[in-house]
Amino acid sequence: MLRDITLGQYYPGSSPIHRLDPRVKIIATLLFIVELFIVNNFIGFAICAAAMAICVIVSKVPLSFIMRGLKPIIIILLFTFLLNIFMVDGKVIWTLGPLEVTKEGLITAIFMAIRLILLIIGSSLLTLTTTPIRLTDGIERLLSPFERFGLPAHDIAMMMSIALRFIPTLLEEADKIMKAQQARGADFESGNIMRRAKSLIPILIPLFVSAFRIAQDLAMAMESRCYRGGKGRTRLHEMRFHRKDVISMIVLFVFLAGIIVERMLVESDI
Amino acid sequence: MENIIQIKNLTFDYIRESDEGSETIHAIRDVSLDIPEGSFTAIIGRNGSGKSTLAKNLNGLLLPTGGKILVNGWDTADEAHIWDVRQTAGMVFQNPDNQLVASIVEDDVAFGPENLGVPPKEIRERVDEVLKSVDMYPFRTKSPHLLSGGQKQRVAIAGVLAMEPRCIIFDEPTAMLDPQGRQEVMRIIRRLHEEGKTVILITHFMDEAAQADRIVIMDDGRVIADGTPGEIFADEETLRRIRLDVPLAVDMAHRLREYGIPVPADIITQEKLVEYICQYK
Repeated sequence: MLRDITLGQYYPGSSPIHRLDPRVKIIATLLFIVELFIVNNFIGFAICAAAMAICVIVSKVPLSFIMRGLKPIIIILLFTFLLNIFMVDGKVIWTLGPLEVTKEGLITAIFMAIRLILLIIGSSLLTLTTTPIRLTDGIERLLSPFERFGLPAHDIAMMMSIALRFIPTLLEEADKIMKAQQARGADFESGNIMRRAKSLIPILIPLFVSAFRIAQDLAMAMESRCYRGGKGRTRLHEMRFHRKDVISMIVLFVFLAGIIVERMLVESDI
Repeated sequence: MENIIQIKNLTFDYIRESDEGSETIHAIRDVSLDIPEGSFTAIIGRNGSGKSTLAKNLNGLLLPTGGKILVNGWDTADEAHIWDVRQTAGMVFQNPDNQLVASIVEDDVAFGPENLGVPPKEIRERVDEVLKSVDMYPFRTKSPHLLSGGQKQRVAIAGVLAMEPRCIIFDEPTAMLDPQGRQEVMRIIRRLHEEGKTVILITHFMDEAAQADRIVIMDDGRVIADGTPGEIFADEETLRRIRLDVPLAVDMAHRLREYGIPVPADIITQEKLVEYICQYK
C-alpha cells in the first residue's frame, strides 16, 4: 500500500519548458512570486495570469495536473478569503448578523485568492516540469556562489538527493515492519486518532533503527567510492546555459521591469 | 605474477560495549595473505569468522590494529594514498539497496568517477561502457527501487567498475538475492575475472567459492586453510569441523568414490561431474 506513493509530482515531457536549465526555472519561479507581491491592481494580475497561462500551454502539462496542486490549499484559500471578507474595515455593503462584509474586504479577499492561486500554479509548474534530481542540481549551482561565505551548498544538495533516493527504501522498510507487527497481532486500523497514533510507536522505533543502519551502510559505500565532499568533483550532467536559457532570462527580467512599470502607471486597487 | 594486495600479519580488534561492560573482540588474529594480480580468490567462513572485517580492511574502511595491508604498494593506513587505495580496490557490499546513492541508475554509476574528478565526457563514456558490461544499459534511466535485487547489485558492480579498479572485493554480494539474482551476479563476477580483474569474493556459499581458483577458509579470525578448490574440498574433515557444507558435486563424487568409482579429485563442479559420469564406462 505504501509503495504506490510516487516521488515528487514530475510530469514527464520534452516541452521547451521541460528542457530549460533548472536554474532558469528556479529563478523564474522566484521572480514570479516576487512579481505577484509587486502587483497591486487587477490589470497587473491579468498580465501575470496571461504569462502563466502561456507557460502552462507551452509546457503541455494537462490542466488537471495543475489543478491537483491546488487541492491541498483549498482550505487555506477559503480561510483567508473569509477572514479578509469579514475583517477588513471600510464601506459596509452587506451584513450577516454580527458580521459585516465591506467593499474593501471583498476586494482584498479576491485579491489574495488570486495571488495565492497564481503562486501555487507557478511553483507547481516548476516541480511538474523538473525532475527532483535536476531540481537539487539547480539549487546546488545557484547556491554555490555563497559557498565562500560558508554556506555548504554541495552538502545541502547531497542531503536532498539522498533523502529523495531513500524515500522508497524507507517506505519499504516501514511496510516490512508493519507487516511483521501485524503478523504478531498489532492493530493499526481501529480505534480513535490517539489510539492509532500510539500504535505507530512500535513502527517508528524500529524504523529509526533501520534508518541509522542504512545510513551507516551508505556512508561506507560512499567512502569506498571515494566520496570526499564537493571539492574537485565533476558531474556527469554538465549544466550549461544555452541560447534558449539566456533568452529566457532576458524575457524574465523584461517582464519584471514591465510589472514594476505597470504598478507605477496604474492606480492601486487596494 | 605481481601481488596487488599484500596482507602482512594483520590483526584487528574492536571493543564491544554491552550491559556487562566492554570486551575486546579479536576479529582477525595474525592473518597473512598475498593476492596476485588477476587472480580469483574466494574467502569463506562462518558468521563471525572475520571474513567481512577482513574485506573492510582491504580498502581502508577499517584500519589494522596490528600488521599492515599494502594495496598496489600503498599502505592502507597512509592517509595520503587512501583514495588511490580505494580506487584500486573497489568494493561491492551485501545489501543492494543501501549502497546505491542516486535515484537514477546512470547517475549512480557516475558517482565514483564524479568523485575522482573525471571529465564529464569521459564519465559518459565510462558509464555507458560499464552498464553494457553488466547488461544493465537498457535500464540506465530507471530508478533503482524499481529494479530486482540482482539488477540492483549489477548496478552497484557497474558503479565500482566505472572507477576502473584493478581489484574488486565482493563482500557477500549474493547473500540477499534470490537464486536467479545470485546466478546473474556470479556470471558477472566470472566475466570480470576472465577480463583480467583481480576478484576477491567473500561468501558463505560453497558452490560460489568452488568457481574461484583459490579458496581461503577463515575461522575465528585465522586462516585455517588456503588452496585450490580441489585441495580444499579433498579435506572434508576440516570443512566438517567448522560446519561448512561441501558443494553437492563434491559430496556426490566422494560417495561415488566410496562406491568404487574412481572420480578424479579435480571434479568439483556439477558440469564436470555430469561430464565425467556420462563418459564413465
